Amino acid sequence: MTRWLSKNLIRIYAGLAIFYILLPIFYTITFSFNDADKRNIVWRGFTLDAWLNPCEPIGICEALGNSFKVGLTATFFATILGTMIAFALGRYNFKGRSTTNLLIFLPMATPEVVLGASLLSMFINMGVGSGLMTVIIAHIMFCISFVVVTVKARVASLDPKLEEAARDLYANEWETFRRVTLPLVAPGIAAAALLSFSLSFDDFIITNFNSGTVNTFPEYVWTASLRGVPPQANVIGTVMFVVALAAVFAGQVLGKRKQKK
Amino acid sequence: MAIAHAGASDAPKAPEKKSKKFAYLLLAPGLLWLLIFFAFPLINLAETSTKTPAPTFETGEFVQTFRFMNFLEAFLDNQEQFYRSFFYALLATLLALAIAYPLAYAMAFRAGAWKNFLLILVIAPFFTSFLLRTLAWKQILGAEGPVVSALQTVGLMAPEGTITATAFSVIMGLTYNFLPFMTLPIYASLDRIDYRLLEASGDLYANGATTFRKVTLPLSMPGVVAGTLLTFIPASGDYINAQLLGNPDNYMIGNVINSRFFRVVDYPTAASLSFLLMASILVIVVIYIRRAGTDELV
Repeated sequence: MTRWLSKNLIRIYAGLAIFYILLPIFYTITFSFNDADKRNIVWRGFTLDAWLNPCEPIGICEALGNSFKVGLTATFFATILGTMIAFALGRYNFKGRSTTNLLIFLPMATPEVVLGASLLSMFINMGVGSGLMTVIIAHIMFCISFVVVTVKARVASLDPKLEEAARDLYANEWETFRRVTLPLVAPGIAAAALLSFSLSFDDFIITNFNSGTVNTFPEYVWTASLRGVPPQANVIGTVMFVVALAAVFAGQVLGKRKQKK
Repeated sequence: MAIAHAGASDAPKAPEKKSKKFAYLLLAPGLLWLLIFFAFPLINLAETSTKTPAPTFETGEFVQTFRFMNFLEAFLDNQEQFYRSFFYALLATLLALAIAYPLAYAMAFRAGAWKNFLLILVIAPFFTSFLLRTLAWKQILGAEGPVVSALQTVGLMAPEGTITATAFSVIMGLTYNFLPFMTLPIYASLDRIDYRLLEASGDLYANGATTFRKVTLPLSMPGVVAGTLLTFIPASGDYINAQLLGNPDNYMIGNVINSRFFRVVDYPTAASLSFLLMASILVIVVIYIRRAGTDELV
């Protein structure tokens, strides 16, 4: 018994850690089915009400729509800008490399309050009004660094011989890039885009500084938490969780199939 | 110059020069974005930090007077929250490390076919809203939650006792929220270790503990350094956990900056505090990286 215990101690520990990680998610999902009073804190019985009327609380679906708009736009631009920088860093030698690295690293090392506050004070000084546009600008800014780091790792792990081989077979630079390099880096770019979207979709602090009167989903939840979060917020959280989980599983299955080929 | 580059060596040099230009073209848009919307706002923030209220005393109006005392006053007025932020962030980082390292180790070496599945579970929190999860903790640890009622039934807790609105729940929340940022880099560096190195260590009569101390741990240090930074930095600036899971006695510097900005509309103090926070974090990070002996960050 003690031998079994000492042999499996680390597995038990890991299991407890996973339990700790999943417990609040389990709570969020469960309480989307609660026959809730105003606060949705105590379990009062099973109902599908919130699932059948997800847009019932005023402003919740509008906020969700805003989050999607911001998330998709910011992801699109941050992925393009970040991937370009990652290629430049991974492929070329140029002056100002360390300055570039610093400019990429610093936004990740700056607390969100500082990022949010500094952008807002600039917008105020310049007389720019806050709204969806300023939120998108802010999100592109903080997503770029994460895209660079993710894509750069992939570019660096590429075997240069593959590209040499393409050139030996008379592919010009553009053809080599489109037919060889890009497909090989694509999983990294996809991962970076997913990361950007989830960072953007979930951001509260920077968004709250720069959104003015517009609400995103996290802002909706924050405001609602003062009086009681409706179970519909849990419904949205649950759907996001399930969709993202399915996407990751699908990605893994696809990746394995490709490997087998 | 021209002579030195003449002849056969000229051929490969020419395209490289062209591609250097191309590199700058690739860099320009993204870096410009970061300059305009990251670096420039920081300069703006620095400028705001030495302003004083306008003579008209209108809310939100400030004039530049280069009053550097703002920094000292902002620090002295909010010392407590400053120290508390770093103390909470440090504790949360240590706790996260204590949870994440064995977890990452188990995933890398003991999980077998379950590896990818466990990896998905570890990143699962990313898929639900950070605020919803923190609110779920508030519910779990709250007065009507299962933990409090269980402790009270057993008699380990006074009937009027609480877990939320204490330092404990704030630190627990910080630990929880940044746990994946600690686990993933450690897992990545452990997973890269060639298992044969560990076998070789065993062959050389090192026992399990020695192998861990002399081989596994040093090889996983880059992950530990990255993970601790990714936890410590956001944790020290956070105000969500303190606000949702704590009481005003647990407020951190982020809470002060936020309320200076929005509730009090005192931009110079908020700016001074932001600057002090960022500067202290950078100093801590630089010292830490020097000590830990890794330069590879990005």
